[in-house]
Amino acid sequence: MANKSVWSDNRFWQRSATWVTGFAAILLIWLTFDTSAQISMGTDKDIQNKVTKRVPGPTVINYKITYERSPKRGLEVPIIGGNDGKGNSLFQEKEKFFGRDDWSEKEARAMLHLGKLGSQAKNCMDCHTLLGNGAYYAPDLTKSWLDPMWEDGTMQAIIGGTLGKELSKEEAMAEFLQHPELYPTHARQMPNLGITKKEAIGIVAFLKQMSSIDTNGFPRNFGKMKGAINGK
Amino acid sequence: MANNHLTSESKQLATWYLTFAAILFGAQLLFGLIAAIQYVMPGFLYGILDFSIARILHINALVVWMVFAMFGSVYWLLPDETGIETIGIKVGKLAYWVFVAAIVVVVLVFLLIQVGPASDTTIWFITEGREYIEAPRWADIGIVVVALTFVANLFLTGMKGKQTGIVTVLMADMIAFAGLYLAGMFFTDNISVDQYWWWWVIHLWVEATWEVFVGAIAAYGLITMIGAHRKVVEMWLWIEVAMLFGSGILGMGHHYFWIGTPEYWWEIGALFSALEPLPLVAMFVHVLYDWGKTQGAQNANGDETSVITNKPAFIWFVLNAFGNFLGAGVWGFFHTLPQINLYTHGTQFTSAHGHLAFFGAYATILVGMMYLAVQGKNGIKVMKNTKTSIWAVSMITGGVMGMTVALTIAGYVQVIVSRAQMGATWAAYFDGQSGVWFTQAMDWRLIMGVITFLGFLLLAKDLLTTGKNPVHER
Repeated sequence: MANKSVWSDNRFWQRSATWVTGFAAILLIWLTFDTSAQISMGTDKDIQNKVTKRVPGPTVINYKITYERSPKRGLEVPIIGGNDGKGNSLFQEKEKFFGRDDWSEKEARAMLHLGKLGSQAKNCMDCHTLLGNGAYYAPDLTKSWLDPMWEDGTMQAIIGGTLGKELSKEEAMAEFLQHPELYPTHARQMPNLGITKKEAIGIVAFLKQMSSIDTNGFPRNFGKMKGAINGK
Repeated sequence: MANNHLTSESKQLATWYLTFAAILFGAQLLFGLIAAIQYVMPGFLYGILDFSIARILHINALVVWMVFAMFGSVYWLLPDETGIETIGIKVGKLAYWVFVAAIVVVVLVFLLIQVGPASDTTIWFITEGREYIEAPRWADIGIVVVALTFVANLFLTGMKGKQTGIVTVLMADMIAFAGLYLAGMFFTDNISVDQYWWWWVIHLWVEATWEVFVGAIAAYGLITMIGAHRKVVEMWLWIEVAMLFGSGILGMGHHYFWIGTPEYWWEIGALFSALEPLPLVAMFVHVLYDWGKTQGAQNANGDETSVITNKPAFIWFVLNAFGNFLGAGVWGFFHTLPQINLYTHGTQFTSAHGHLAFFGAYATILVGMMYLAVQGKNGIKVMKNTKTSIWAVSMITGGVMGMTVALTIAGYVQVIVSRAQMGATWAAYFDGQSGVWFTQAMDWRLIMGVITFLGFLLLAKDLLTTGKNPVHER
């Protein structure tokens, strides 16, 4: 009689399960250390030193942000303060944010903190997606700062027209966030969530900073598609 | 109820857990219906119970009813597996009431207060605003305490009584399940770090620890319902644990494609998550194989009766084996590769997968456990199908499948129109949403949702009237 095969031995499979699980868990923990270092938020010093971080620091709000194709990586990346022509950020071109382009790290961090807290306190993620995660009842906010609706002045005209004054992009966004029910763009309307002016400014800072995060090219071709759609 | 055949305190507590789970299941479907109506009629309850609130209640009721049913299932099987009464059952009962009270308070706050100012107070007492784990911080702490009580009961009982393979797997699995919740209990300004750890809770629950839990419950079900051989069942269970954790833990990479995390997650996520359906195929084959084997052995002895001692429960268990494969496996695989996920990420595609996977992988087997508990509580030897039980399972399954197909079509429209054709902007989003294929899909989703809810009402009726039904053998 042949000996009983190890393949039908429960102890063998129990040990295998333990080893496989342990190995996978250790690998995940190791990768977590590497990823954590790569996605830690940058600082103002990084920006001054022209260091590209996957998650730039809060003072990125002082700079012009675009989303352009990097020939080297073959996908779109956030470009901060101008493009060197090869898909790298120059960290030069500034952009006024609520009238200033010299927000200190402390000020910018406070705005971002308030905005991120606000995004949670108002349950943004249960209608919108952020970095593609959340609910699908309203548009994705990952690159909303760069949306053509704001870039080409459509929303500024609607909101500014209602209020009878000229508004910058960030001012119009903050106004929209405080009174979304006044500016419907679709039958599905954002409700008034009691967002204060200060909170709205914080949320806009949060959205601008989020648009500067390197998301490996998600969403693809954002705002690049022009011309005839549905025969229009 | 009058005729209670349960002598075990643990099983008694299990019925409490399963009953509250069934109530929350109903609540989940109700709030889902409200959200589905809002897709069709955006003005419905606008400013009173907005979509975000309906959805929070829809998905949180889902998670919580499943956790309740999971705890209940463990309390139910512990005495059978270990051969002794569960240790610390008094504390377990106290923890149950704490849990129920906490859930009721959280639901009322979600319903009546909804949102708060951008402050830590809101995070602590109103909402944390992170999908699936919106429960405020105070409730998080309460949930951890309750979960630890449960894990302690399980460990003390498992160590003192007979420690079967099933109990060993559950002990290892449940401590990971409880511990992982801690990864979701902090605040950070960095949304990439936020979502990185958020997935530790969500993914490592539903694509790792919960799946292993299902493997253990299925093993228990096969032994109790059809008299499958423990040695075979437990060997399969260990193989499944190896395959589920071996693919599922690093399969987490498929959530790290686009949230700011490095590009190497593309390869890791693609490889391991592509392997995730394999154990689900194995589980399905295993359930059918064991069924055929035990039935065949009985037939060979000249006995042509069924080996199944609880027909409705067994139907739900088989549905689980197939639904897990189809919903989690096939629908998950559809969009798990980064080349495809670049376009499907954040569309109704995910929602289609979510509906079929949560139903197929978890709802089914937990409803099966409810049937097992009803059988035990009423002292039934052989539980048969009734007209109601057949209608219930058919309508719920048909309804969820219908919703899934509708959402998949809606997802296609989004992928093609909003993403590929128009480049994912605000205007692109609404253009996709206004397309006739999308709106029709949403109409069908609502209709199928209503069918699911009616099926649930029949299920509740069937579970509640089993005790008086003379059709079952006692």
